[in-house]
Amino acid sequence: MNRSFLFIILSSIVLFASGTIEGAIEKQDLNISAIMMFILFVGATLGITYWAARKTKSPKDFYTAGGGITGFQNGMAIAGDYMSAASFLGISGLVYMKGYDGLIYSIGFLVGWPIILFMIAEPLRNLGKYSFADVASYRLKQTPIRSLAATGSIATVILYLIAQMVGSGKLIQLLFGLEYEIAVILVGVLMILYVTFGGMLATTWVQIIKAFLLLSGATFMAFAVMNNYDFSFEKLFSHATEIKGIEIMSPGGLVSDPISAISLAVALMFGTAGLPHILMRFFTVSDAKEARKSVFYATGFIGYFYILTFIIGFGAIVMVFENPEYVDYASQAISGGSPIIGGNNMAAIHLSHAVGGDFFLGFISAVAFATILAVVSGLTLAGASAISHDLYSSVIKKGNADPKVEMRVSKIATVALGIVAIIMGIMFENQNIAFVVGLAFAIAASANFPILILSMYWQRLTTRGAVIGGSLGLATAVTLVVLGPIVWVQILGNAEAIFPYKYPALFSVTVSFLGIYFFSITDNSLRAKEEQEAFEMQFIRSQTGIGAEGASEH
Amino acid sequence: MKNEYIKTIKNDPNYKELLQRRRRLTLGLSLSMLVVYFSFILSIAFKPSLLGTPIFSDSVITYGIAVGIFVILFAFILTGIYTYIANKKFDALTQKIQNNVKGM
Repeated sequence: MNRSFLFIILSSIVLFASGTIEGAIEKQDLNISAIMMFILFVGATLGITYWAARKTKSPKDFYTAGGGITGFQNGMAIAGDYMSAASFLGISGLVYMKGYDGLIYSIGFLVGWPIILFMIAEPLRNLGKYSFADVASYRLKQTPIRSLAATGSIATVILYLIAQMVGSGKLIQLLFGLEYEIAVILVGVLMILYVTFGGMLATTWVQIIKAFLLLSGATFMAFAVMNNYDFSFEKLFSHATEIKGIEIMSPGGLVSDPISAISLAVALMFGTAGLPHILMRFFTVSDAKEARKSVFYATGFIGYFYILTFIIGFGAIVMVFENPEYVDYASQAISGGSPIIGGNNMAAIHLSHAVGGDFFLGFISAVAFATILAVVSGLTLAGASAISHDLYSSVIKKGNADPKVEMRVSKIATVALGIVAIIMGIMFENQNIAFVVGLAFAIAASANFPILILSMYWQRLTTRGAVIGGSLGLATAVTLVVLGPIVWVQILGNAEAIFPYKYPALFSVTVSFLGIYFFSITDNSLRAKEEQEAFEMQFIRSQTGIGAEGASEH
Repeated sequence: MKNEYIKTIKNDPNYKELLQRRRRLTLGLSLSMLVVYFSFILSIAFKPSLLGTPIFSDSVITYGIAVGIFVILFAFILTGIYTYIANKKFDALTQKIQNNVKGM
């Protein structure tokens, strides 16, 4: 029981960020209303891209949309960046299957946000320009720190992209009846178009529109469900417990042992604060005040969304479970029970049909597609900026790159990342990618986050400490994931995991912080002394915004 | 020049007040979030039956549901408190600090 549940949780981790559909995928018939709405969305977003392309002239426009996005817009875009198709389908599917445990999971994904607000958002905005590496390397040596930060960023981005592409291919195959390869290529090509031509401005608006559509669709579904129960949670929940039993109202086996629980919590909290595509969003606003407002709005939208997915999951229990229209009879004949078509993660999709018919099903399917596009665009842009701004401009050209050439490099990087994403998406179609998102979060939490936070707050940090400690954190995260239950046992087929926990974050983050601490305080070089002296000036800027990158004209 | 600039700001009572207030607020709010979240997770890890208890004897709604929704609202409220205080107080102090070093 516990073991199978762990497996479900694992799959839903991937799902959260990827939208993978479990089990065999059968290609569905073409869904006409979904395709119409999808064409409408693509047409509108390409129109926005055309408009954005004419306003995107300098690297600043490309990376930060000119820095003139408002706090509210950015809050919406952050929510659009963070609420993936998979968090919608995966969490509502988890609630559908396990009830209360789905809520525990979504809470984990929310609680990192207040911490980002209190510790990171404002100093990040005050110190940085285009990427979080700007902040990490503010008073440290450019080449090693930027190289490490860019490695962490690119690794996180590519892992996340693989999960997104595989998930999107399967989801689109199921929803729209397209071939897997065509679906993956379509996502890749659209993403390349948005990002290369429209840069951050187009990406931001794609994310805002998607967040709006997703929140509206989910609100309607939750409303329709509650409407059937006179807006009484007591009635909804008691009907659901009649169907699935009283245990869906209490914690199940999600966090059975304390070490895993804490390690997962650490990965989610610090990982969120180390995701390059999320951090990059803070440079699109004019100042620290707008950065702060962004997080306030984003937390509100994301929290509201998780409450909706909880209602939607319960709605699916009462309206989809054992509903003859959605039962997967082929799979029932083999394994019994009441499986639904496409697996548990399609619960929300079936619910959209149950409450709103074919038309609303089409709408929700198109929203799911929009969601994927918005997330991969944000990821690709963050990856491209790590390549062009951190590696090309700062490391190779030592900060003397011609802005025009830097722009060109970032566009080439975007196309290259898009192609890599398509190839990886096709290569990994039938691979077990359950470890991929966990690894992305672990790297973000163990390499990106410690360097970023210590560079902001700890005077004694030196280049040597950051490079050695950050690399140790990165290596530990990767090693422990490989030796852990998913890769070592499930993928490589060994009998027992060398490292028994699925989430390495508790250990790898500790290694990273200890490494940075030890190799900084023992660093007696002249360079280290200068770096520590430069802290004061940096801290003043981070706290007051004096000298920060200004807002744009438009 | 640069040293003088740092010195002016460091001796500015507004700067000291800003740092002190911000430190107190961010530490307080961060700790509240961590304590609430980790109590929630650890209570589930060590004693899941606790949150599985119904809030009323004739209800199917458990403490777990109430607490879970509370944690979500709590996170949002904390960001609201921080944003409100920072908008009201920190920005004014920052403005004063900036004015004092204008032209340096």
